[in-house]
Amino acid sequence: MAVARYIKDEKDQILDVILESGIHVKPLYSPKDLEAIGFSYEKDVADPGEYPYTRGIHALGYRSRAWTTRQYTGFGTPEETNERFKLMISHGQTGLNVAFDLPTQMGYDSDDPMSEGEIGRVGMAVDTLKDFEIAFKDIRLDKIGSGLTINAVASIMLAMYQAVAEKYGYDPKVISATPQNDILKEMIGRGAWIFPVEPAVKLIGDTIEYSMTVLPRTNPVSVCGYHIRESGATPAQEIACAILIANAYIDNVLARGYDVDAFVGRFSFNLNVFGNMWEQVAKFRAARKLWARNLKEKYNVKKPQNLFLRGLFGGGGYGLTKAQPENNIMRGAYYALVAALSGAQTTALCSYDEAFTIPTPHSALLSLRTLQLLMDEMGLRDTVDPLAGSYFIETITKEMEQKIEEEMDKIEKFGGIIKGVSEGYIQRLVARQAFEVEKGLESGELQKVGVNIYKEGESMEVELHEYNWESAEKQIESLRGVKRERSEKDVARSLKELESAARDGKNVMPSLVECCKAYASVGEMAGIFRQIFGEFNEPSLF
Amino acid sequence: MENKKTVKVLIAKPGLDGHDRGAKVVAQALKEAGMEVVYSGLHRTIDQIVNIAVQEDVDVIGLSIMTGAHIPITQKLFQKIKQKGIVDKMVFVGGVIPSKDVPTLKELGVAGVFPGGTPLAETIQFLQSISKKG
Repeated sequence: MAVARYIKDEKDQILDVILESGIHVKPLYSPKDLEAIGFSYEKDVADPGEYPYTRGIHALGYRSRAWTTRQYTGFGTPEETNERFKLMISHGQTGLNVAFDLPTQMGYDSDDPMSEGEIGRVGMAVDTLKDFEIAFKDIRLDKIGSGLTINAVASIMLAMYQAVAEKYGYDPKVISATPQNDILKEMIGRGAWIFPVEPAVKLIGDTIEYSMTVLPRTNPVSVCGYHIRESGATPAQEIACAILIANAYIDNVLARGYDVDAFVGRFSFNLNVFGNMWEQVAKFRAARKLWARNLKEKYNVKKPQNLFLRGLFGGGGYGLTKAQPENNIMRGAYYALVAALSGAQTTALCSYDEAFTIPTPHSALLSLRTLQLLMDEMGLRDTVDPLAGSYFIETITKEMEQKIEEEMDKIEKFGGIIKGVSEGYIQRLVARQAFEVEKGLESGELQKVGVNIYKEGESMEVELHEYNWESAEKQIESLRGVKRERSEKDVARSLKELESAARDGKNVMPSLVECCKAYASVGEMAGIFRQIFGEFNEPSLF
Repeated sequence: MENKKTVKVLIAKPGLDGHDRGAKVVAQALKEAGMEVVYSGLHRTIDQIVNIAVQEDVDVIGLSIMTGAHIPITQKLFQKIKQKGIVDKMVFVGGVIPSKDVPTLKELGVAGVFPGGTPLAETIQFLQSISKKG
């Protein structure tokens, strides 16, 4: 939450600044600093669009294309979500980012006892294809891409997206979905995991393999340093984990005999923007460089465009506070600036009321406008990577690169990311740091406006998004209706095929699409996986 | 001087939500303050939580809820607590809790509500005061 540690003397002069990743910031930077780190323009940064892509993946940056805005949206019934999607699109939003309720994320139907009280609460409830038909009605799926924020059952939701597109007459080759589909990060933070590590990673491999031929415009995996950072990781650890997690998914697909260039170009990333702003800019620039180098040197990736770190840089949830919530509007604006100065392809902002509730239409629109202001009013499209060449930024970008590599080495020494997650090594590390941050805030060593400094002033209550029990009832009714109308024979047959595919270790995607088209429910499909794969056993932390 | 008993606290994550940063921070803070802490892990049903509370013989159950479902979940917990006859256990709740819901939670029998942003010291002090009463 807090951004850096400041060592001050009694006159409030700053003696030292220690960024979260451990970099010490000096009071002044000059050409000497670049000399000291052996800075080379060609080797360390190069022009935008040139390896190692430190300055960005496109030669012209936002001149050729502004970022995609993708506010996280979805609640209640598919009808309500469809309405909100259309509202955001009508206000100029250029992509969708679908929020699913917890039962859907955890593979339970709305009529499951586990779902009680959670139906449609933090996202849209999806039981069957019928829900997607309603949610995506009148949305041009060939023109607008959709992020699907779901992980454990991302394979099911990607199949559902293909099924709805086909139902509305779109060729699967033209639709663009970005399922989050990063289960290792769910096990570190966010916690919406179901299956054990090995089958869970295999499911991700299935979606990547399947997308290569059937869904070529889809980005089958969005590797999320984001939630690891939210859970307590430093910016350097965020990137280190993200790269190692991405490598784990690459390895799964390589083991199936594919050429890395056939699929890795569709990987994308979801990274966080809260914290000290210079540190974040340096983080994104270093991350692009390290990802490109990792692919080139470790995986021998040949095509330049496959080396791009494309990503959603945004959110910033942990940076927002419950105290003085209107301050979060300003925080969001600075976070968006950081994302723009860092060359984000896609962005989204947490809304100022998210420490209380899911965003109201008003707060979601404020976030969208914040993003639009930067691109269309403030000049962030003028020139690419405007901070490049700054003695300070180039120095800490290089230092950040080293810090990230150190964190990667630590995890590799432990035995790698899969072992680190399975045994709780990373979770313990991250939880410990989260605790240290809290202690820093309580001691005052870390400063947060409205929380431990400038606390004066009225606290305000924000308008709450109310849970709608009637919507939940309606959703259960709708599922019952689908179950009455669908062909039980088709459902049984497609589920049986899914079961044998899962049991035989085959790619489950073709069977999942058939199940979705037969109106099998998410709970039925996930239930088969639960039965065959079992569940993840959370390592004990304390 | 009275004999001070160590408070034993169960930090529990009920339901499907996996946001556990807060729960884990509180667990570590209570531990460091000298309490005995049991962490339930994620995705626990109320039945499972009450069973852990009985098995581990904790004094206090702390629920961490971020989804907005704090009222129905807490209601369920108290039903189960009565059923199991363990009404001596103290209950506190943390998470994303709007202040307008605090009175309702207290009416249900919750002894303390600590929404996100509450200083750790406040939660620790509250639990220590319980140990003195006990």
